[in-house]
This record gives sequence, C-alpha cells and structure tokens, in this order.
Amino acid sequence: MSTKMHIKLTVNGKNEEFLAEPRELLIYTLRERLNITGPHIGCETSHCGACTVTIGGKSVKACTMFVAQANGAEITTIEGIGSPDDLHPLQTAFKEHHGLQCGYCTPGMITRATKLLEENPDPTEEEIRFGMAGNLCRCTGYQNIVKSIKAAAAEMNAAKEAAE
Amino acid sequence: MKDEIESRDDRVANLKGMGCSRKRVEDARFTQGKGNYVDDLKLDGMLFGDFVRSPYAHARVVSINTEEALKVPGVLAVLTAADLEPLGLHWMPTLAGDKQMVLADGKVLFQGQEVAFVVAEDRYAAADGIELVEVEYDELPVIVDPFESLKSDVVLREDLVAEDGGLPDGAHGPRKHHNHIFTWEAGDKEPTEQVLAEADVVATETMYYHRTHPCPLETCGCVASMDKVNGKLTLWGTFQAPHAIRTVVSLISGIEEHNIRVISPDIGGGFGNKVGAYPGYVCSVVASIVTGKPVKWIEDRMDNLMTTAFARDYHMTGRISATKEGKITGLHCHVTADHGGFDACADPTKFPAGFMNICTGSYDIPTAYLEVDGVYTNKAPGGVSYRCSFRVTEAVYFIERMIEVLAIELNMDAAELRRINFIKKEQFPYTAALGWEYDSGDYHTAWDKALKTVDYDGLRAEQAQRVEDFKAGKTRKLMGIGLSFFTEIVGAGPVKNCDILGLGMFDSCEIRIHPTGSAIARLGTISQGQGHATTFAQILASEIGLPADSITIEEGDTDTAPYGLGTYGSRSTPVAGAATAMAGRKIRAKAQMIAAYLLEVHDNDVEFDVDRFVVKGAPERFKTMKDIAFAAYNQAIPGIEPGLEAVSYYDPPNMTYPFGAYVCVMDIDVDTGVPEIRRFYALDDCGTRINPMIIEGQVHGGLTEALAVALGQEIAYDDMGNVKTGTLMDFFLPTAWEVPNYETDFTVTPSPHHPIGAKGVGESPHVGGVPCFSNAVQDAFRPFGNRHTNMPHDHWRIWQTANKLGLHD
Repeated sequence: MSTKMHIKLTVNGKNEEFLAEPRELLIYTLRERLNITGPHIGCETSHCGACTVTIGGKSVKACTMFVAQANGAEITTIEGIGSPDDLHPLQTAFKEHHGLQCGYCTPGMITRATKLLEENPDPTEEEIRFGMAGNLCRCTGYQNIVKSIKAAAAEMNAAKEAAE
Repeated sequence: MKDEIESRDDRVANLKGMGCSRKRVEDARFTQGKGNYVDDLKLDGMLFGDFVRSPYAHARVVSINTEEALKVPGVLAVLTAADLEPLGLHWMPTLAGDKQMVLADGKVLFQGQEVAFVVAEDRYAAADGIELVEVEYDELPVIVDPFESLKSDVVLREDLVAEDGGLPDGAHGPRKHHNHIFTWEAGDKEPTEQVLAEADVVATETMYYHRTHPCPLETCGCVASMDKVNGKLTLWGTFQAPHAIRTVVSLISGIEEHNIRVISPDIGGGFGNKVGAYPGYVCSVVASIVTGKPVKWIEDRMDNLMTTAFARDYHMTGRISATKEGKITGLHCHVTADHGGFDACADPTKFPAGFMNICTGSYDIPTAYLEVDGVYTNKAPGGVSYRCSFRVTEAVYFIERMIEVLAIELNMDAAELRRINFIKKEQFPYTAALGWEYDSGDYHTAWDKALKTVDYDGLRAEQAQRVEDFKAGKTRKLMGIGLSFFTEIVGAGPVKNCDILGLGMFDSCEIRIHPTGSAIARLGTISQGQGHATTFAQILASEIGLPADSITIEEGDTDTAPYGLGTYGSRSTPVAGAATAMAGRKIRAKAQMIAAYLLEVHDNDVEFDVDRFVVKGAPERFKTMKDIAFAAYNQAIPGIEPGLEAVSYYDPPNMTYPFGAYVCVMDIDVDTGVPEIRRFYALDDCGTRINPMIIEGQVHGGLTEALAVALGQEIAYDDMGNVKTGTLMDFFLPTAWEVPNYETDFTVTPSPHHPIGAKGVGESPHVGGVPCFSNAVQDAFRPFGNRHTNMPHDHWRIWQTANKLGLHD
C-alpha cells in the first residue's frame, strides 16, 4: 500500500529489525511479527490496558501506537519481566492473592504494576487504585489485584531493605 | 515409612482437597504471559477473515459488488449469502428454535449485521478489502421499541409470514402478530387475578431492565482448519460449550461429527457471551473449506458489543398483593421481551424466557402468574445469560424491586417485609407457585446474620438523621441502604426438562489413574477463569485420596473430553462437579476391592480413610491409594480388570438453589448525582464450599459486574437503530478507581441431592448484586417520594431523579 519503513526495536533485550508499513500498530508487531503474545488486544481504543507494555520507562498501550512511533525504543512486555526460575514479586503475589481469574488482563496488569511500583514503591490503596485505573479487569473486581500489588510492594521493599 | 508417622491431619492437608484455599494451578502461565488464547494461535498459511457489516438497522440489500475488493493485494475471497446458499449455510439455526442469517440474505435487521466475509492474508488486507466491498442498501422503517413493534405494519421477518399472510406457529407456539415471537406462561392466571382483586393491598410497578452486554475482555473468535486430505475439520474458538458447537457444526455442515474436533483453548472471560453460535464461526469454516487454508476470525470490541450476545432488555410489569400485615398473597408478572432481529436466546429449549419463572424469589407466595411475550425489533440478536442462570437476573431484580415497592405501599420496613415472607427452613423442599422445587435453604438465618453484621437498625437511624440534616440544609448527600435477598436457580439441568437443541443438559467426567498414583480427569465443561483445573482436582482429591497436585484437569478438547454441555448458568459445579464426584466414587469402589485383595480381607472389611483403605479395627493395616494405583496395573487380581479408570455422565435430579443476603450502604450527592459506595456486605450460601479463596474471588467479580449494570452499563440505541455504546468509551466497565472493597460472608446449607452438597456460586453475586445496588439508589430517595426509577443509575439519571423530586429547588 505504501512505502515501508525501516524499524529497529529492542524488545525484552533482543534487537529486532524489519520493514513495516507506517500503519502497522505496535501490538500487531509484537503479537504477529515477533510472536510475543503476552500483551493482548481487548478494545483497540486505549481503554482496557490488556496490551500494556513498557517503553522508555513509561506504561504504553500498544494497541494505539504505531510501531513507527516506537522506532528505536526499548520495549518490555510481560515476557521480559520474570522467568519461570526467577519470577517477579508481582507474578508471585498475583498467584498468592488470587489477583487473576481468566488471565486475559493479567499480562497488562502486571506490566503496568511494575511501573507503578517503580514510580511509587510504597503506594497506598488509593494510589494503587488510581495508578491502575487504566487497566480493566472483568473478573476480579480489583480487590485482590490491589491486595497483590500491596503484597508485592511490601515484599520488594523488604528485599531492598535487606540488601542495604 | 513416611505415611506411618504422618498424622491424619497432615494427610488431609497433603491432599489439598475440598474446603481449602488451594492456590490456582492456572496462574503460572497467565502471570508469565504464556496463556494460550485463540488469537495466540498461529498455523501455517493461516488467513484472516473479517466482516462487512451493515450500517443500517433495517434495509433491503439491493446489491453487493465485490469486484474491487478482490483486487486488493492479499484478499483471497469475499463470501456473500449467494456463495453460502448452495451449501444451505446462508442461514443457521439459533439455540432458541429460530433461524438467523449467517450473511445478509436480501435484507438486514440490525446495525452491524454480517453482510459479507472478506478473507485475506492478514488483518490489514482484510480491512482494505472491507472498505472496497460496495453494498447498495434500500432503507426500511426502523423499529427499536418492542411495544411499537407489536403494533407496527412493518414486517421485520418476512421469512416467518406465510404467502397468504398467515402466521405459522413459532418454535414456542402460536404468534399474535408478525413481529411477535412467542408467549410463554407459568402459574395460574385466573386464581392470581382473583387473589389480586380481593387483596388488602396491591402494589403495581413497571420497570425496564435495560439491554446490556457481557463484554468479556477477550472478544469472540475462532480458527477453522479444514484438512482436506484426511477430511477432518478442527475448530478452535472461544466456546463456552465446545461439544454443543461440534454437534451444531455437524448438523448444519453435514460433516460427520467424528470428523470434527472442537477445541476451546484458554478463554478470556465468557459471562454468557461465548455460549451461542455466531456467523463468524460458520464463515470461518466455509472459508477454510473454500481456500483449503486455516482461517481465523476475531471480533474487535465494536463487533462484540454491537453484534454478539446482548443480555436483558426486559420490560416488566408487576402486581403484588398482600394482607395489611404484609403477608404476600399473590404475584402477577408480565414481560415484553425485546429479542432483536432473530431469536438467538441461549436458553434450554423448553424455556424461551429462561427461568424467569423463579420470579417469586425467596418468598412463600401462594399464587402467581407469569406471562412473557417475545418480540422482534431492529436490534442485535442474543438474549444470553450475562453472569446468571437463564434470565434469573431479571427475575430477581423484578421481585426485589416489587418487594421494595410493596414496602412503600404498606409503609413498612423492607427488611421486615422480606423476613415475614421468606420460605421457612422447614418448608424445604419447597414447591413454588410457578413450578420449581427449591432443594434447600435457610433464609432467616442468613438474613439475621447479614442485618446484625451491618447493624441494620443503626444504619436506619443514621439515615433518618441524614434526612433531617438534608432538610435542614446541613448536607447535600443522601444515604441509601440497599437490600437484596436472592435465590438463584442454577445447574441446568435435569435432562427431563432441560435440553439445548435436543441435547440433554447432563455433564461428565472421565478419570484415569496412572500407575504411579497420579491422575488425569477430563470434563465436559470449560473454564473461562473460574479455576476448574484447581477446584475439580480438589473434589477428586477428597473423593479418591490422591493429592490435588497430582491430578491434571483437562477440558475443552472434544476429541478427548467426554460429552458435556459446557460452562454457563453456574452449571459446572452442580453438574460436572457432581459427575466428578461420582466418577471418583467409581474409582474408589474398585480401589476398595483391590485393597481388600492386597490386604487379604473381605471387601467389606476395609474402609476409606483420607488417602487409603484401612482394615476396619486395625488402622495399622492399610494400602494407600498410591499403592492401590500401582497394584491396579502390575498385579493380576482375580475377577478384577487391570487398570483404574472411570467415567460418569451425571443427570442431576434437580437444579440447585444458592441464595444470599446483600446490603449496600451508599451516599449520593444530589447535586452531582455521584453515588459513593460506603459499604457492601455480601453473604452467600452456595452449599458446600470447595475453595473459599476462589468463591471470594467469584463474589468480588460478580458484584463488580453488578455494580456496572446497576450504575451505568448499557447497550443503547437511537431511534434509527444506531448503537450508541459501541466502544469502551461509552460502554461502562468499572475501573479499580470506581469499585469498592467488598465484605464477604457465608452460611452453608448443602444441597441435599448433590453428591458433595455444592450449589455453584459464580453468578450469585451478579444476580443478587444488581438489585442491591439499585435498591440503595432508590432507597436514598424513598423519604422524598421516590418509588421506582429505571437502571442504569448513572450520574445523569440520579441527578434527574433528584431534580424531579424537587431536591434542587
């Protein structure tokens, strides 16, 4: 349709380089081109946050960003947050406190929560609810998501203190 | 031996059986982004299909020109009704006995209706193709109001009118008008009229339970792959009932059922949205047959909200009668049900209005009558049970509002009115006036516990003071106390009265014990977030004495799972859970014989104890289930076949009837219309509790969906039939910011007919929650003359209520 653009990205520490149409959405790049299917599509209008990834230290909804806009960026998805042998405290806490049910919002939810806790390592419940309001969940009613994030924050702060 | 030093408590704990808050086995993959949802599936050469949809709610389709679309690079095919007609697939049967166009056959009946299916190499090419399909429409008069529809000369469904203008019967009997679908009755009409005529007090109210949508975060979708070499069709999809989909696909396509494999992978929430059969499934199958390649179809959010499976849309009129003292004597309910352009309700066949006849609620109402008229309009088809058993949300909302209105009429406290009318514990099993036999209940205990916990009398005193303060100009906030007491009817259901397309609504479980003492169990249901892999293993652990951690639960593959009717209407635990227990008991029965042989005693001389069979009176002589499993595979035991497997198909003798008592305390700012939920207390009685953590999670989620429906969520149409709420900008899904913390509580009244006494819980909080939130809003305005206002109670509507009552003067 149109001239392709030369795109370079670093996704979860891996360099990627390819040609893409200017209209290609980042979520499409991740899911279809790079086979990174943790981020999901829920609304395509930036409302639900199932597609949340981290770009340059900010939470971004990948369904409404062209990959061209992310050219040169470092991107982290749920796949880059922990590994089976070394889970992120949020991944552990979501299981421990029943912070998920169908799991569809979970990758975006946890990805967003990693940023929230970077910005505010010891958030109040109100701050968690406000900071997570861009990520919708249809199953849990959020109560256990809030609990999970609080527990992960406590865990991370305790680990930090122990290290100091 | 380790077993010998372990205490019995340790052995029980080791099983992680029923009653413990076992952590979910599903979570490892979901928290690491390794879920396997249908849109994650990629197959070699896979194509993508998407729909050209009607912009009009009612129009003739004059012509469809696909020429330009086919020129788009990457577009391989464009299917229209003309292509499907030779295969007999341009229409398909609905679950409600009607038929529905797969692709527009001469006309369209709702905005967003499927007109053509563009098959392309990827989503972008499909979208380009859709842009270039030229469809010429000739607009017809649009009807979005069911009352107008029943009076209109405009015929919505010409296919249902005989050539001589006569009206053939529909699937549920005679039709009164060309836009009428059915009349369904329950109870006794004349006696009810008589009771109402002679009553001390009669309260009458009309209410509209608005149209809404289940809106799971993952939309509907599928991948169809026709293997022409072997003649096998594989269909992956977001199916809440994979076996039923297999049978439907076989019946409408003519492909023999053994050549069809349906797979439901991980499903991102269902809530009723994924029960039905949709044109996307049919078109994907046809496209795969035509192209010889796998074809994926995934709805976008707008497709989802506009076309697949709305819920509710019931216009309800009630009359309830009582003595001066408040004892209810009779109930009359009439419903005008807006079913949209096709009757695609997902109800058991004999119940075109679902279980609306549970609308006498939790009360001992001696005489009642229900009449439901189904009507066609130019709105999307559907009528699914959004997080409820069939139409139970509507029924419970109706009765819980009628109780409140009656309380106003009697000038009585609504909690007290409920109490004096509850079915008493000793009346169970209780046959209601509209036909159902409630299996068990203890409503007074639950109600008293709820009211005591929230200090109901204290709340009423506070509310009275608030009214005084408001009148004195000291505050602009009113206080509402929302009450609801609900009885669900779930676990459809007994084959004698419940079937879908002739398929009895039993369910199933098949267990294979492996030689080393672990197991796999397969069920006819499919989890969409309920945590079946966790909880069904707990049922089995308790039944067969192997640790839940050693039991794999598998669902959703029709080539391996036993036939079942799927997961919706809170039927998994009541039906498949029962099948699981029964299959487990068959395993145990065989294990008992093996144990007796190994211990060299008679079968009746051993008994089951947690994880083993012990010789009666000699507990030091035992064989663990692990020992027995190995013996089943390595020893020739006289008279016993090798192996340790069992299957159960469970036809429940009755539904189950979970119940609960909810209280919501709300402050409402009369100047902004903003409600603030101060407290929400939810007591649920779901019988035997399998996993308290998961029950609590289900209650939180169901209440949040109830909050959404009561306070803002709606599928709204304008007069032209345009959907006004087609994106998440307009369709209300609450965020973490709007949702309160909930207090959960419980009583336990086991189901007497269920093998483990469990009743199901996933939908109760939604069913009970909607009237509770609504009653809180209405109660806040009761002191100022409010009787009833319709949901959703969004800020604007609440403000309007305050304004009409003169509170802004």
